[in-house]
Amino acid sequence: MSSYNILGKRIKGVEDPAMMRGEAEYIADMKLPNMAHMAFLRSEHAHAEILGIDTSKAEKMPGVIGVYTESDLGSMMPLPCIWIPGTGESHFPSHPFGGGVPGGSPVLAKGKVRYMGEPILVVVADTAHQAWDAIKSIVVNYKVLPCVVDAELALEKGAPLLHEEVPSNLNAYIPYGNKEACFKAIEDAEVVIKKQIIIPRTINNPLEPRGCLGVYNEKSDNYTLYATSQSPHNHRLLLGLMILGIPINKLRVVSPHIGGSFGTKGYIYPDMPLSLFLSKKIGRPIKWIDNREDLMRSTVQGRDQKMSAIIAGDSKGKITALYCKSFANLGAYASTIGPGVATAMVGRCIAGVYDIENIFCEISAAFTNTPSLGAQRGSGRTEATILHERMIDLYAKKINLDPAEVRKQNMIQPEQMPFDNRVGWEYDSGDYPNAFEMALKAIKYDEVAARKKEALKRGKYLGVGVNCFVAISGVGPSPQMAKEGMLGGTWGSANVRVHPTGEVSVSIGATNHGQYHETTFAQIVAEELGVEIDKIEVLHSCTRNVPFGQGSYGSRSFSVEGAAVKLASEAIKAKAIKESAHTFKVKEDQIIYDSSKGKIYPKGHPEKAKTLQEISLDLWYGWDIAKVEPALDHTTYFDPPGFNFPYGSVAVEVEIDAKTGQVDIVKHYGVYDVGTIGNLQVLEGQFHGAMAFGIGEALLEQAQYGEDGLLTTPTFREYAIPRATSLPEFETDTTVTPTPHTSLGAKGAGEVGTVGTVSTICSAVTDALSHLDIDHVDIPFTAEKVWRIIQASNK
Amino acid sequence: MKKQITVTVNGEQHTVEVETRTLLVHTIREQLRLTGTHIGCDTSSCGACTVLLDGKSIKSCTVLSIQADGKEISTVEGLAKDGLHPLQEGFKENHGLHCGFCTPGMLMRAVELLEKNPNPTEEEIRWGISGNLCRCTGYNNIVKAIQYAGAKMRGEETPSTEPEFV
Repeated sequence: MSSYNILGKRIKGVEDPAMMRGEAEYIADMKLPNMAHMAFLRSEHAHAEILGIDTSKAEKMPGVIGVYTESDLGSMMPLPCIWIPGTGESHFPSHPFGGGVPGGSPVLAKGKVRYMGEPILVVVADTAHQAWDAIKSIVVNYKVLPCVVDAELALEKGAPLLHEEVPSNLNAYIPYGNKEACFKAIEDAEVVIKKQIIIPRTINNPLEPRGCLGVYNEKSDNYTLYATSQSPHNHRLLLGLMILGIPINKLRVVSPHIGGSFGTKGYIYPDMPLSLFLSKKIGRPIKWIDNREDLMRSTVQGRDQKMSAIIAGDSKGKITALYCKSFANLGAYASTIGPGVATAMVGRCIAGVYDIENIFCEISAAFTNTPSLGAQRGSGRTEATILHERMIDLYAKKINLDPAEVRKQNMIQPEQMPFDNRVGWEYDSGDYPNAFEMALKAIKYDEVAARKKEALKRGKYLGVGVNCFVAISGVGPSPQMAKEGMLGGTWGSANVRVHPTGEVSVSIGATNHGQYHETTFAQIVAEELGVEIDKIEVLHSCTRNVPFGQGSYGSRSFSVEGAAVKLASEAIKAKAIKESAHTFKVKEDQIIYDSSKGKIYPKGHPEKAKTLQEISLDLWYGWDIAKVEPALDHTTYFDPPGFNFPYGSVAVEVEIDAKTGQVDIVKHYGVYDVGTIGNLQVLEGQFHGAMAFGIGEALLEQAQYGEDGLLTTPTFREYAIPRATSLPEFETDTTVTPTPHTSLGAKGAGEVGTVGTVSTICSAVTDALSHLDIDHVDIPFTAEKVWRIIQASNK
Repeated sequence: MKKQITVTVNGEQHTVEVETRTLLVHTIREQLRLTGTHIGCDTSSCGACTVLLDGKSIKSCTVLSIQADGKEISTVEGLAKDGLHPLQEGFKENHGLHCGFCTPGMLMRAVELLEKNPNPTEEEIRWGISGNLCRCTGYNNIVKAIQYAGAKMRGEETPSTEPEFV
């Protein structure tokens, strides 16, 4: 039984009705008077020089207002990269102004294109159809250049060079851990296993494509950008300070309802500055809405690590060393935070939940002729978890021990917390063995052998995997992020305002794109202040709602921004107590604040109770108040002292059809510990969604590029995301170990489901195929791939 | 080339002029300004644009507006005049939506599903909505939401959704 009244409860979402009635306004639904529309012409080639562009026909087409290339952009600067890995070497294309900020990617291509889908020009027209018609009439004369789409090949001598200023296409080389000690331990070990593990490119594919609407108001000299942005404040700063050079008090960024994101919409894209810049130029609002095919070719993509790993240990199950050398595919340009996603988020996570004495990871991130890399739900941590869990399975097999036994033997114990994982993170809290035991029990691990036998009679290969993970979340302590190379603050912010009429407005730095912040953040305030939940409104996703904010990414919203909301609520409560002490003429420690009833009274006199509304009204008048500022309103900025580390264990049972290779997930269980829970129903929803995401990645999804660098999976017909029939009914459990870093105690929750799922399906599928002497198969486990493996091993 | 069409949308008759190449979803969204019907792909794969055309669920990005001439269209905006339709209630009670982008299409698909099969099994529901993609929920709670609505529409007791303590 929880000690909370409101927090954690399955309160139904206040967001629901608008979205279910079709009233919620997404970017594509927005319409302003006199609005014009923009469309992009994108590169048809992965690598080419642009010899000429003929726009003459387009310019004369009906409704066309203008055709704009990079030469029309004046002093607009490139889209910056703001995560420059801080601990190794890194190389970037230079910025026109020099200085510390690298030129991440051009807004529109200049003379050369470096990936299929790179924007070359835009057409602005009265209607979207007219803009598209004009785009189709434009002829670009290309000189096609040799291309490279694989990170390892890109670093080889003689590979096509993407950027003249970047030797050998190397964006970054970053080592993590102790190289000498790790190599020595491997040399001395009884058992040494090597394996290459390839984690392919994937695409987040939120159901709503991206879009924006740029508005310049000449009278006030103000700009407003409506955009599918996970991070309106950060995007405002980058647009104002680094790209357009306009004072940011003159720029408002607003995110309307966002139709999912999973990382995609946290990045700066060309349409954002272009719509603002061109709105000023033509004196009309400019709208741009992406389509699925362009989304697949031009938004940031995920994963793409080619890892070579070594695990070493003794013959009894004690792991002594883990080594990983990985080639990360950064794409053609460094996206907003791409280099950090490709390096630290993997390299510092490879220890997992294990106490491994000697670890070393070295990652080389390379530029290739593919769209830029960015975050995908569970980024870095998913790849790292696949690595350590796969290697442990292989090691267990080699020494003929049950993989569960090996995991238990090497697992970090609760009393070792906080734990230095030896590659850069300090785990805050957790009971990993408990989660693992729960998962083993849930899957009836003792009875697997019998189930395998039974399944075989039905022509099915049954396999079980039980894995463990820990997933760094809650970006984060700004000084630590600075050491990692992040050019930006990563703290939380909140304003809590108790109106003299009793309602509460809460402004948060987080941005909602399906996480139900309006419900869950209200629960924090309701719990702390005892105000009814339907009297609390949560304002978000607009740079005017909260003075400054850092947005939503990396499972930080509830754990960091929520912690700020809790602190602001605590400050409101403290002020209310001070004011009540003054009113009741008693000492502050004689005031009882009963949050369960929303009553404030002097000890022993509940009949005298005042409500928060009455106190707010007193503070509003300010006629006779305590020695405090008038008005019941508080703004908090909060930089957490450390990251938080949600963790868990996942158990999966698969059945593979021996005839078709079809992998069916027959049971999928996850136990997750995300610290303090905001709303159990919303939380379970996040688990389910993230688990589904992981299943898609494990079984179906892969962005494939031909040797010519062209994406061969640009629509939902080639790039399969899970349908209702692809998925099992999920079973989840929670345990609660609050993070010690915040008074709220919440840990990141949005990504854990994915992090644990992919590796566990790998374990289950290889277990199912173990009788065929298969010890590793790279994801995705499509029916075709598995069928081929079964056929080959039958021969 | 332009053509005049007359359609009855959510019970109300509209006569609009459309280009012959215009897809029904664009007429619904842009001319009738019913923006609850969404566009999520270019290949009729995602189902975000699902509406009822003469009572049958269709992907309105796959139908030309001129094909709808003289027909009845139901969109999410017309699902419940007051309060919530049992399906909407089911989605709310079971947290069957996160970002809400697939929801209108999913609801309209489920209307026809329950009409044809008032008491579907879990598997029938999963197959029934397999033409509608959701990237957020993992479908678990969408299935439950449709089961809830089915029970309610059959006049049976709906599964309990009482708040639980953690």
